[in-house]
Amino acid sequence: MVDIQDPSQPIGPLEVQEVELYHAHSFWTKYVFSQDAKVIAIQYGGLATAVGMIGLALSWLMRLQLGFPDLFDFITPEAYYQFITMHGMIMVVYLLTAVFLGGFGNYLIPLMVGARDMVFPYVNMLSFWVFFLAVIVLVVSFFVPGGPTGAGWTLYPPQAILSGTPGSQGLGIVLMLVSLSLFIIGFTMGGLNYVVTVLQGRTRGMTMMRLPLTVWGIFTATVLALLAFPALLVASVMMLFDRLLGTSFFMPSLVEFGEQLSYGGGSPILFQHLFWFFGHPEVYIVALPAFGIVSDLLAVHARKNIFGYRMMVWAIVGIGALSFIVWAHHMYVSGMHPYFGFFFATTTLIIAVPTAIKVYNWTLTLWKADIHLTIPMLFCLAFLVTFVNGGLTGLFLGNVVVDVPLSDTMFVVAHFHMVMGVAPIMVILGAIYHWYPKMSGRMLHEGMGQFHFWVTFVGAYLIFFPMHYVGLVGVPRRYPEMGETLFIPDSVHFLNSFISVSAWAVGIAQLVFFFNIFWSLRNGKPSGHNPWGATSLEWCTPETPPGHGNFGDELPIVYRWPYDFSVPGADKDFITQDDPAGGLRTEGST
Amino acid sequence: MAIVIVLVLVVVGSIGFHVFSPWWWTPIASNWGFMDSMINLTFWMTGIVFAAVILFTAYCVYKFRHVEGRKAEFEPENNRLEFWLTVATTVGVAGLLAPGLVVWFQFVTPPDDATEIEVMAQQWYWSYRLPGADGELGTVDQRLIDGDNPFGINPDDPKGQDDVLIDGDDLHLPTDKPVKMLLRSVDVLHDFYVPEFRAKMDMVPGMVTTFWFTPTRTGQFDVLCAELCGTGHGQMRGAVFVDTEETYQVWLAEQETFATASLPAKVKVADLGKPAE
Repeated sequence: MVDIQDPSQPIGPLEVQEVELYHAHSFWTKYVFSQDAKVIAIQYGGLATAVGMIGLALSWLMRLQLGFPDLFDFITPEAYYQFITMHGMIMVVYLLTAVFLGGFGNYLIPLMVGARDMVFPYVNMLSFWVFFLAVIVLVVSFFVPGGPTGAGWTLYPPQAILSGTPGSQGLGIVLMLVSLSLFIIGFTMGGLNYVVTVLQGRTRGMTMMRLPLTVWGIFTATVLALLAFPALLVASVMMLFDRLLGTSFFMPSLVEFGEQLSYGGGSPILFQHLFWFFGHPEVYIVALPAFGIVSDLLAVHARKNIFGYRMMVWAIVGIGALSFIVWAHHMYVSGMHPYFGFFFATTTLIIAVPTAIKVYNWTLTLWKADIHLTIPMLFCLAFLVTFVNGGLTGLFLGNVVVDVPLSDTMFVVAHFHMVMGVAPIMVILGAIYHWYPKMSGRMLHEGMGQFHFWVTFVGAYLIFFPMHYVGLVGVPRRYPEMGETLFIPDSVHFLNSFISVSAWAVGIAQLVFFFNIFWSLRNGKPSGHNPWGATSLEWCTPETPPGHGNFGDELPIVYRWPYDFSVPGADKDFITQDDPAGGLRTEGST
Repeated sequence: MAIVIVLVLVVVGSIGFHVFSPWWWTPIASNWGFMDSMINLTFWMTGIVFAAVILFTAYCVYKFRHVEGRKAEFEPENNRLEFWLTVATTVGVAGLLAPGLVVWFQFVTPPDDATEIEVMAQQWYWSYRLPGADGELGTVDQRLIDGDNPFGINPDDPKGQDDVLIDGDDLHLPTDKPVKMLLRSVDVLHDFYVPEFRAKMDMVPGMVTTFWFTPTRTGQFDVLCAELCGTGHGQMRGAVFVDTEETYQVWLAEQETFATASLPAKVKVADLGKPAE
């Protein structure tokens, strides 16, 4: 079923009339306090990447410790726990969520749905600046006495606010919770914008079933985020109260180092439920935009329609809905009622079915295609490998009884890095190579791109595949060093050193990538409007990079789905969405 | 073309690593061999799917890579194929889930004759309490914990008087007898983890969590904390000895009970000390 406009049917008028955009008058309103979603996108993406660099540097430090324990005196257990905590929080929230939704969401939603901008440009700008504030608060926590919190990125109470944990007695944990709250407030402003823009801002002819899967992915992820983040917000505020005002939402009566504390009556497990009610949808908040983007990249670079578009849309929506009833699979050994295990293992394994369908459809898109091995395509293939690998190890950890021996070991660390770290980042990198020409008018340098791709893909696999086996041996996560044990063979130390070297190599390859981005701004090959021969509306703008308002005088009208590649009878191997005639297409292949 | 070779190498290398590398689980010492079997089953099923998907992808890239004049086929969807793939996936997933839930039911259903043993965790060491001659543990209250009564045992409860206390020392268990671990924490989350037993469970202040197992071979095993519990988490180690019945009885006879215990000084904590603030 292909959604093509029947020429005899008129296309309805715009549902929401165009309004005059605020056009910038000065440098400040054009580049700093900009209301243009494309500028906000680059601000979001740039700031998220900058703070992500801190996260990357922290991972180098922790790998130094794990690969070569006893060698670096400055990495105390306190420092190590601060590294892992801040690394995790930065990567999950401040990098991945912000890049996919604030970055790609802002850039692509208005362009892809044929809108001049987000529906509420001013609120959109505010969203970024609140995010900016959240990042400032986060970074400040590195410099306060006692340092940032070392409670693990899950921030489980009671330890997060008791004195045995680094950063708990100074401002570390307080700033972390304040920063998270700010992030959520900022995100909510942006998120409402993305949802309303997709629902109300589409151009004439752009039905929901003609949206590129990128938009479907980001849209669904945003809905998830709007529903999931409030749980984290209340958990953060409640923990702030426990820490600052002495309330006991999450604190039962406690004895700390032999002293009775005045807390009483709270529930530590309640926090875990709130955290994971946010935390599991969060996985899909990161994954669904990646699913959407990789679908579009595969279609464009394989010159073939995405296989089973409607199934892909329903799989995204289905996964999004299911993701709200699987959260306690993170808590199989938390001490919650054991019978929960039956329910959550079942829902968790059910979610494997729509996810598997997506994987099949990506690979089937390659069947009888015309595969151009461009850098974005290479990253898509890397995504497939790492996502399939990480997804399959989810079948271990989701199946409650298999999780028991593996939970809290390095197997878990390997699994979630593969599936929600490496795989989505492969998509982000592929997407940057893909859309950079639209954002800058120039191509990224191919040679540097090849180098970047190979080191990143092979290196990341060499980090995280062997790490599963470190966990299988029984090495628990969050141990700065194993020291002497009876069950860990010495050879595991060799494996850990190998993983650390790979991690350093992958990190350094990213520097080449950043250099490429800046170098190509001036020196890249001019790209023209549509270098890949893509069909969606962002490639149909009159200017590249698109100006404020995106589409010049007239908004485009959409006549077809975004996957008309290699249509039989057409004179080119792609037909853009705003093309009414469809080349020389004659057959009734609708 | 390099990508085709690398994709094939990923599959071959991953399976080769799995089969030939020396890194594998430590030999089991409890009745939860089913867990190992489930992991093995899952490894093989997921391994086959992984190899199939990646090799198919590699074949597509090899066969359908761009050459001058190639044109992709136009095939929007194929409902039959998608239907059968969905059915096959559902069957495979159910095949993993069903035996998993059966074993889980065993895991959450301790046998009636299991001996109850209390593990008490605090930053950053382990203590244990065994029921005395009456076979029952006395009641405890978090608020009774102090230097003289580190377990917070209710002194008015006669069942607690004969409880055997192991404060900050190693645990011994007799082999081949099911034990139900009653897990308690006095401060933060901990997790009682002995890799050879496979089973583990978080310990949560304010509640008692449980799991059960039967030790199946004698020996000394490491006890680790598997839930982040502060700066000393990585050092929160202990040992559990699984003994023959005779050795166990000898050890048990040497232990003190709540009634006979002198006031235990808390030397163990001093080793790690409270972190500087």
